[in-house]
Amino acid sequence: MDSVVQLQRQLVDYTGQLFNEGFLDDQFNQLQQLQDESNPDFVVELVTLFFEDSEKLLNELAKDLEQPSIDYRKIDAHVHQLKGSSSSIGVQRVQKVCIAFRNYCEERNIEGCQKCLQQVKNEYSLVKTKLETLFKLEQQVLAAGGSIPWPM
Amino acid sequence: MAGEEENNNCGENSFSVLVVDNDTVIRMVHRMLMTSLGLKVQEAKNGKEVVDLYINGASFDLILMDMEMPIMNGPAATRELRAMGVKSIIIGVTSHTSESIHKDFIEAGLNHCVAKPITIAKIDSFLPKSNNN
Repeated sequence: MDSVVQLQRQLVDYTGQLFNEGFLDDQFNQLQQLQDESNPDFVVELVTLFFEDSEKLLNELAKDLEQPSIDYRKIDAHVHQLKGSSSSIGVQRVQKVCIAFRNYCEERNIEGCQKCLQQVKNEYSLVKTKLETLFKLEQQVLAAGGSIPWPM
Repeated sequence: MAGEEENNNCGENSFSVLVVDNDTVIRMVHRMLMTSLGLKVQEAKNGKEVVDLYINGASFDLILMDMEMPIMNGPAATRELRAMGVKSIIIGVTSHTSESIHKDFIEAGLNHCVAKPITIAKIDSFLPKSNNN
């Protein structure tokens, strides 16, 4: 039983850290609160879908920015979509870079756009790793016979 | 116009919501939010699908309408629905925070416009529960 408590504490600490470091915001909390016995995998499914969509968008953006003649409207539409989905998940650091990205897009500043693409890729990989770790911890708690201490 | 949804005592279950967004992640979040309130939810991926649903006789109490979508965007769909005489509550949902963009969308015929991410609190007054008092 001791290890369950330990794992739960680890999970709580890790989650707290993700909020403190600004990886997640209250929207993520809201989603966790929507999860119950009838849909125990809602957040994992949602985030998995977000990963798939974001990877497609990031690949599109990389291609868009390599074109000899840059279509800023297309880039803006892609960034806009990423901003919308990241804010709906509560992945706020990705969302924040998207805001800067759109401003560079409006200015038609190619270097700014390239810089933001790099930043958004970095933030995306970081939060992806963090969320995967979080879900793994949740699985460990469940496997040890504990329950997930949400909402915190 | 609001007459129908005021007799909510016969249950929130009959209150139907159409979630409109081209982004699957957002549709999933909005569906979940509405389902958690016990509301009946259907989805559409763009404005054209919404117009087609109404043409085919479907009707919803509330439409959560995204702004930027391929094929037909939110403002265009809202205008078309209003021109068809559709009286459903339509709430525009957009990632834009600019007042003037919200205003343009509202002028297309919305009841209300909110910035993403949508929360229950933001649209509370349009949901059946809050009519109780």
